[in-house]
Amino acid sequence: MTVQQAPGPQIAPFVAGAPIPPPVKRQKAQSLFDRTILRRALVDSFFKLSPRRMMKNPVMFLVEVGALLTTILLVWDRLSSLSSVGQAGKPVLHETLFQTQITLWLWATVLFANFAEAVAEGRGKAQADALRKAKSDTVARKLPVWDRLSSLSSELPVWDRLSSLSSELPVWDRLSSLSSEVHAGEPARQGGQAGKPVLYEERVAASTLRKGDFVVVEANEFIPGDGTVIEGIASVNESAVTGESAPVIREAGGDRSAVTGGTLVLSDRIVVEITSNPGQTFLDRMIRLVEGAERQKTPNEIALDILLAGLTIVFLLATVTLKPFAIYSGSDVSVTILVALLVCLIPTTIGALLSAIGIAGMDRVLQHNILAMSGRAVEAAGDVNVLLLDKTGTITLGNRQAHSFHPAPEVSDGELAEIAQLSSLADETPEGRSIVVLAKEKFGLRGRELHDLGAKFVPFTARTRMSGLDFPDGRAIRKGAADAVDAFVRERGGSLPPAVRDDVARIAAEGGTPLVVADGRRVIGTVYLKDVVKGGMKERFDRLRMMGIRTVMITGDNPLTAATIARESGVDDFLAEAKPEDKLALIRAEQTKGNLVAMTGDGTNDAPALAQADVGMAMNTGTQAAKEAGNMVDLDSNPTKLIEVVEIGKQLLMTRGALTTFSIANDVAKYFAIIPALFLVTFPELQALNVMHLATPQSAILSAVIFNALIIVALIPLALRGVDYRPLGAGRILRRNLLLYGLGGVVIPFLGIKLIDLLLHAVRLA
Amino acid sequence: MLTLKILAYFALILAVAKPLGAYMARLFSREKTYAVERAIYRLGGIDETKEQSWTAYTIAMLVFSAVTLFLTYVIERLQHLLPLNPDRLPAVAPDLAWNTAMSFTTNTNWQAYSGETTMSHLTQMLGLTLHNFVSAAVGIVLAIAIIRGIARASAKTLGNFWVDLTRCTLWLLLPLALVSAVLLASQGVTQNFHPTQQIKTLEGKAQKIPQGPIASQEAIKELGTNGGGFFNANSSHPYENPTPFSNLLEMFLIFAISAGLPITLGIWTRKPRHGWAVFWAMAILFLAAAFVATYAEQHGNPIHQRLGVARSDGNMEGKEVRFGIGDSSLFATITTDASCGAVNAMHDSFTPIGGSIPLLNIMLGEIVFGGVGAGLYGMFLFIVLAVFIAGLMVGRTPEYLGKKIEAHDVKLAMLAVLILAFSILVGTAVAAVTTAGTSSLANNGPHGLSEMTYAFTSAAGNNGSAFAGLNANTRFYDIGLALAMFAGRFLMIIPLMGIAGSLAAKRKLAEGVGTFPVDGPLFTFLLIGVILIVGALTYFPVLSLGPYVEQFLMNAGKVF
Repeated sequence: MTVQQAPGPQIAPFVAGAPIPPPVKRQKAQSLFDRTILRRALVDSFFKLSPRRMMKNPVMFLVEVGALLTTILLVWDRLSSLSSVGQAGKPVLHETLFQTQITLWLWATVLFANFAEAVAEGRGKAQADALRKAKSDTVARKLPVWDRLSSLSSELPVWDRLSSLSSELPVWDRLSSLSSEVHAGEPARQGGQAGKPVLYEERVAASTLRKGDFVVVEANEFIPGDGTVIEGIASVNESAVTGESAPVIREAGGDRSAVTGGTLVLSDRIVVEITSNPGQTFLDRMIRLVEGAERQKTPNEIALDILLAGLTIVFLLATVTLKPFAIYSGSDVSVTILVALLVCLIPTTIGALLSAIGIAGMDRVLQHNILAMSGRAVEAAGDVNVLLLDKTGTITLGNRQAHSFHPAPEVSDGELAEIAQLSSLADETPEGRSIVVLAKEKFGLRGRELHDLGAKFVPFTARTRMSGLDFPDGRAIRKGAADAVDAFVRERGGSLPPAVRDDVARIAAEGGTPLVVADGRRVIGTVYLKDVVKGGMKERFDRLRMMGIRTVMITGDNPLTAATIARESGVDDFLAEAKPEDKLALIRAEQTKGNLVAMTGDGTNDAPALAQADVGMAMNTGTQAAKEAGNMVDLDSNPTKLIEVVEIGKQLLMTRGALTTFSIANDVAKYFAIIPALFLVTFPELQALNVMHLATPQSAILSAVIFNALIIVALIPLALRGVDYRPLGAGRILRRNLLLYGLGGVVIPFLGIKLIDLLLHAVRLA
Repeated sequence: MLTLKILAYFALILAVAKPLGAYMARLFSREKTYAVERAIYRLGGIDETKEQSWTAYTIAMLVFSAVTLFLTYVIERLQHLLPLNPDRLPAVAPDLAWNTAMSFTTNTNWQAYSGETTMSHLTQMLGLTLHNFVSAAVGIVLAIAIIRGIARASAKTLGNFWVDLTRCTLWLLLPLALVSAVLLASQGVTQNFHPTQQIKTLEGKAQKIPQGPIASQEAIKELGTNGGGFFNANSSHPYENPTPFSNLLEMFLIFAISAGLPITLGIWTRKPRHGWAVFWAMAILFLAAAFVATYAEQHGNPIHQRLGVARSDGNMEGKEVRFGIGDSSLFATITTDASCGAVNAMHDSFTPIGGSIPLLNIMLGEIVFGGVGAGLYGMFLFIVLAVFIAGLMVGRTPEYLGKKIEAHDVKLAMLAVLILAFSILVGTAVAAVTTAGTSSLANNGPHGLSEMTYAFTSAAGNNGSAFAGLNANTRFYDIGLALAMFAGRFLMIIPLMGIAGSLAAKRKLAEGVGTFPVDGPLFTFLLIGVILIVGALTYFPVLSLGPYVEQFLMNAGKVF
């Protein structure tokens, strides 16, 4: 249900002079490699050298230890060569130059890895800063008591989930310490609106509000905390959170009752029950998420980390045991060279970029204005193979639209159009407006003013299931469900002609909605209302099918209607006459079959299904319960964006896999560069293994180390943007990526190392 | 001509894989229990209807192995008091007895002794041949349990160790061994209980010719990829392997069961094409190795050629003339692709490159068909790694036949990789820098390094073939290699069984076009790539200091 362009008539225009909410730039505006981000990242990459932070990444930690070791050796060797005066000559100088270069490049390797991570975090940090501004020091108008509490409390969302969640999170108490100043003890008399009890309010800092407090918010005031509207209706500017400046309607009861702290009320007055404690508000969580403060490694990342750590230990074994083998062979290998070999062999490329890939993936989700509660959720999205989509608002435009006029016998098309138009003039429902539009399109009928006709509008009610006009002369025009109109004309001595009955049956059979129009006892004809499928849906579903994802449409419609929409939109399957609880059952059934299910939802009764689904995306317009239950919130409240999330999830996993493959494949070339160089002095015959014809042993080792460091920088853009994703079958994707990153990973370093070697030799650095 | 021979041999293996694989799939999933099986279960107090969890299965296997290990040790130590010792051989020394017991229990059959002059007939038949059957059976049933783990979903158990062991021995190993023993005997392989015969040669000198029940041991030696020969000369001895036909039969027996197991995997997982994809990965690695080894041997030693002291068309040193270069290099490839370790030529005398093939084969983990059972479960390790590394590239959590490969599984897989690498590299490294290690060497330089590397690789890989040239019956090697054998067998299997248990417990995800494909040539080549990069690169430094540099040195006219 996207109720973005609220139809409500009472939206006040943006009040002049009202505090304009801090602009949160649409993330798309900021480039990945913005200059300020890069500058900040450069500084951060040095801070990240702290061993405590490095330890989280075993591969890069080992590189850091290696760099430290070679630094110490470098200093030690120079000191000892200084003490033995006279021996310093060209060979020592040469050796120093080599050792220094290796050491510097090893440090560079660590810094490059840190830089990659810092750049990935950059955009999120910038955004977090902007969000913090939204958490300005709002003063809340707290109501000590509120008399309708008892009657409403049963509708309040369940908070167990959040509290259990938040207890695991690091306490975010910066805000509460910032402004714990409480403006207590100045009860202000507040004139309520007509008929409302007069309430005393207390002015307190927004940051002191707790769950269960009540606040009143009026036009031009910021909503002090997350909550549920329990009284009133207001238009709210939520751009601080969503970046979307068009106001939205928030009202008590129903599915549009949730408000977010930091957003601005533009008109009217609402009473809000606060639903979150300090530090745990939506904005707080959002800041933590975009900043990556509570970023935890995803299951896949952990598994990959273990693989990389395992490979690192294997290569550590291979390198360390090389020393005894060398001793046996009567050749000596310096520790610096062994460290260089080790760093080249361990999977530094992926080790350096792994966390950047994860952060960037979350960031991409955020750029789509979707707030994923964890990286795990995004990753799960990549695995999804069943997508449940609500029909209304997701697949169809959400409203039925007039499609064609079917006049009764002896009535002209034009007459039906005219009377249908008359009956709909004051009808503000989308269906009614679409009839006016169709009449204008087909017959050029212009709208008329009701009071010119002197007629009175009879609105649609669930009981009458008709709407229309009553004229002063007693003429009554009605349109509505066939049986309701039938009853209406029967009262006046008319009846539904068989031809009209046939039309009604046919339209219903096609999945449309027939609206019968009557003028007094006379039946004029039928208007064919049709659910209109959004443009481009078929292509999207085809795309999903190619990814191996099955789409299931959920609708409350009868099976006939559902089948028609399903056919038109191209979904794979549908669930008709679905009640909210059916969603949950369907998800469970799919999961038992071994499928991973994603769904979107906004209502309170969607909450159990959202929680059960592997990926549950709640609409920001939805209730607090829905937002709590899902593991993502779409700030734009556009359910079709679930498809993008799935693609991002897949892209994230593919990027990790591609770089891991690339990194491991790189080792082949590095072996061929370093191993012959290591023992060339003892066994000149090993020159035969020097297939790249690298100039000298030193230049060979140095080239490999430099390549190893530079490849990290070269791959940062790929890591941050993600590898190209195309919706093809797994087999084709695998073939393509194996060729690109597997074979490419074997070949590229041969070229790269050779090139660096040529350069080094040309500038006489080795 | 030699190419044709390799291909003809491979055709035999290709032909037997399917029927044998299908037979094993039926045998180990049979509902019915025969009376003779039931009698054995009653005798052992086993409830054949109860299945075991992966831990219970593994513990049963460990207990069984420990008991038989101890039994063999006792027989060796007491052989002078026991019957069937016509040559009145004394008790086996403790170090060697321990090494040998471990060697046979782990299906390694590393022999730091000369069988004919150290072991009595009883020790050979009961102490050693027993293991030839049961250690092979243990390997096979472990693979069977692991296949069950892959095939089952949301299951807690992997089968019953005792039932699998009984069936494997009774209906797979015994019948095949019986038929092959008879066939071998028909070729002239000895089968008697005579003491060593004293004869006078044509030159008039006296020669001692040991006798014994050889054919029966020979058959299971190959079939169970054991490799422990009756004679020190193993399958190059005319009593063990007299004719080209017996040689072909022995080579055939080494691969037969191991070639069938991928097919069993395909049948049980209802993915025959996956079984074949694994089979072909093994096949391609085998053919490549066989061709390289043959090529290297055919080109021989350039120094000899220059001096004109050896046949100009190849390296015949250490090879039997009745087999020649083709049968010898093929046998060497097969026996190390599998964890057999029987030899019909001295690998030590191969050209460096030719000799590096057996070494590399074992370093890869003997997964090219491999030891009975061990080959498949070693390959399973690489399958898990390949699926995990490349699986991410299709944009989903890596899954193998519907089971997600998660952190827990990766952890266990890496543990297994580490155990093998640790045993080989650290073992050799210690040997390389200690006098205890280097004093056993017959050659110095790179060739000496190859000898030590080969010893630890062969032990950790449970192969048992020797590079020769190394005196392995010293305290250092007896104990060190026994530890490597223990780690290579029992420490390896625990994490692998853990993965199988974890896979069995997982729910099976539905398959679709987004599912990672584990059949077809793409997967085969992916698997080979992972094996070569993850498996082989670890050992590239030591290989380049050993055989590779030696080959270059030899080409330059330098030998060791």
